[in-house]
Amino acid sequence: MLRKQSLLGDAISHAALPGIAIAFLITGTKDTNVLLLGALISGLIGAFWIRGMITKTHLKSDTALGLVLSLFFGFGMLLLTYIQKQPNANQAGLDKYLFGQAATLVEKDVILMASVTGVCLLIMLLFWKEFKILLFDADYTKTLGFNTRFIDVLITFFIVLAIVLGLQTVGVVLMSAMLLAPAAAARQWTNKLSVMIFLAAIIGAFSGVFGTAISASQNNLSTGPVIVLVAAVFVLVSFIFSPSRGILFKQIRFYQNRRDLKLQKTLQFMFDIAKTHENISHPHAIKILNNFQGYTKSSLKEMEEKNWVALSGQEWSLTTEGYEAAENLYKK
Amino acid sequence: MNAQVEIQLIAAVVAAACAIPGVFLVLRKMALISDAISHSILPGIVIGFFITQDLNSPLLIILAAITGVITVVLVEAIQKTGLVKEDTAIGLVFPALFSIGVIMIAKNANDVHLDVDAVLLGELAFAPFDRLMVSGMDIGPKSLWVMGVILVITLSLLFAFFKELKVSTFDSGLSAALGFSPVVLHYGLMSVSSITVVGAFDAVGAVLVVAMMIAPAATAYLLTSDLKKMLVLAVIFGVFSAVGGYWMAHFLDASISGSMTTVLGMVFLAVYLFAPSKGLIAVMYRQKQQRTEVSLITFLLHLNNHTEESERHVNHLQEHINWQKVRSETVLDFAEKNNMIAINQNIVTLTAKGKEFTDLALEYIVTNKDDRIEHMKDDFFLFRG
Repeated sequence: MLRKQSLLGDAISHAALPGIAIAFLITGTKDTNVLLLGALISGLIGAFWIRGMITKTHLKSDTALGLVLSLFFGFGMLLLTYIQKQPNANQAGLDKYLFGQAATLVEKDVILMASVTGVCLLIMLLFWKEFKILLFDADYTKTLGFNTRFIDVLITFFIVLAIVLGLQTVGVVLMSAMLLAPAAAARQWTNKLSVMIFLAAIIGAFSGVFGTAISASQNNLSTGPVIVLVAAVFVLVSFIFSPSRGILFKQIRFYQNRRDLKLQKTLQFMFDIAKTHENISHPHAIKILNNFQGYTKSSLKEMEEKNWVALSGQEWSLTTEGYEAAENLYKK
Repeated sequence: MNAQVEIQLIAAVVAAACAIPGVFLVLRKMALISDAISHSILPGIVIGFFITQDLNSPLLIILAAITGVITVVLVEAIQKTGLVKEDTAIGLVFPALFSIGVIMIAKNANDVHLDVDAVLLGELAFAPFDRLMVSGMDIGPKSLWVMGVILVITLSLLFAFFKELKVSTFDSGLSAALGFSPVVLHYGLMSVSSITVVGAFDAVGAVLVVAMMIAPAATAYLLTSDLKKMLVLAVIFGVFSAVGGYWMAHFLDASISGSMTTVLGMVFLAVYLFAPSKGLIAVMYRQKQQRTEVSLITFLLHLNNHTEESERHVNHLQEHINWQKVRSETVLDFAEKNNMIAINQNIVTLTAKGKEFTDLALEYIVTNKDDRIEHMKDDFFLFRG
């Protein structure tokens, strides 16, 4: 997500389809590993073609992504329908990859996924520094003498690998949400890459577990969409309640600032009046504040609590403290 | 009309109707919105189906189009909070809406004809069987009428607001200053795209609508930078692929929409590789040419700076300027062919023409004034533009 290539995941998960179909056409088996290999290869071709299109022509990244996504997928559909017309009873179930069904996973698949995840983690730790610097300042990385091309290829390879593996679980359409949502949610809580990755992994895992639980507890609920919705709820909650970036606290801060500003305006007005008198605590009628916006009963009360003014009946007077505070306002 | 002609006609109309908004989406860098819309209209269709219990009701199209516009609004709302970028916002909104649609189907509509495959993939081959009857008379396939109406609306909007669309696409600030609200145009375009997607996906399916929208526009964009030409080219490519795709599907006995996309892909690939000035091969050739020319100038300047023989030995150049052997040979050949150097017993000397050229190049580098090199422009890419 940080690389502004959020929808790469979407594009690649669609681009993997022709790979699955071709792998099946060539080998004629439904062995998961063979199909995944095909998906991996066509996903990689898609990813690098996107890169090539962006660097070599004036097409923008969104167009390139959309093109690869739809063209590869269309080609995959062509192959799938072609396969279905073949006199080969073995073809059923290929379209399972379209929507994914976590329930159909067997132990072998889980072991494969776990080991690949392990390798991903290991590589990520090994190249941590390189990944991080490339992410935030590609040009600087180049001047430092890192092989940016290699690191880039490595990252792309692992993204594609992760997507292809995830396909079986949530399916083509919902894959992009699985890639994006945990990262987007994690981004709201931290500015640190390491914390963000850790959080994203936890959120992702949690929505996986939670989503599967919900889907298992009810009839007729496919796993993928539920997982995605759970992840979406996480994102929504993060958007609203995150302390530093969330909408809620932003709004609260906004109101607080506005109130402070109003208070200061009132104080300033009082200061301007009090200045003209020898005795700064000379009482004035509250009425004269009326034609000044920003004054309310509660704001006056708040000022009294802050010890800026003293109220007596229908009159107010500035305290020494309030006078000094107003003076400091000017100095700022 | 027999079914074959009708299918091709529908395909061609869909292609044309998609290509026009597609051009603007590509130019406005919003190509992926079409992807988002095509997925997120699912809940709209499902809700419409619950209300009407009829898959052919026009209410379905309207509700779906509204969902499409809601998607755009949601994406923009998320983007406006500044928490995430636009592409992330798109990637978050449409899978969520799509999931809602899938779950609604799974929970409530399992026993009716509304499965995800049909919605997502579409089947053009069945389109002619869905006839539109007006007072008992068969007046043609329904989707042909739907898409025809959409195409006519799109075209008339295009002609009516061509100037406004053009200005707001390329310079939204100027268009706001001239009094055309970019916001109104934006949502207008989005609504048209939304309706087109909804109308088209009945025939070609959700994912392939995206191909029909983006691919012709992108192909045309590689060939021209004139908006009118681009629109015409996009429509031509779209219609060509639609008809070509139909025949390909006919021979392979495979999905029509899939092969339409494949033809689109092949057309795009061909243009991507061979487009005269923006194609991959042209770009690579130009880059190579420019590299050689820069090397040539470096080389000539080097010769100009050194009079001693040891610095001008052919072998020395490979060490000194640190070029690979092949590259230095290319540069040497290039220079010799242009009569700029003479090689005598592996010692390189500048000829009179080479000297003149070097001086000019040097002057250009120092002063950076174009008029010094006017006459060299014909020989070299580098100084052009």
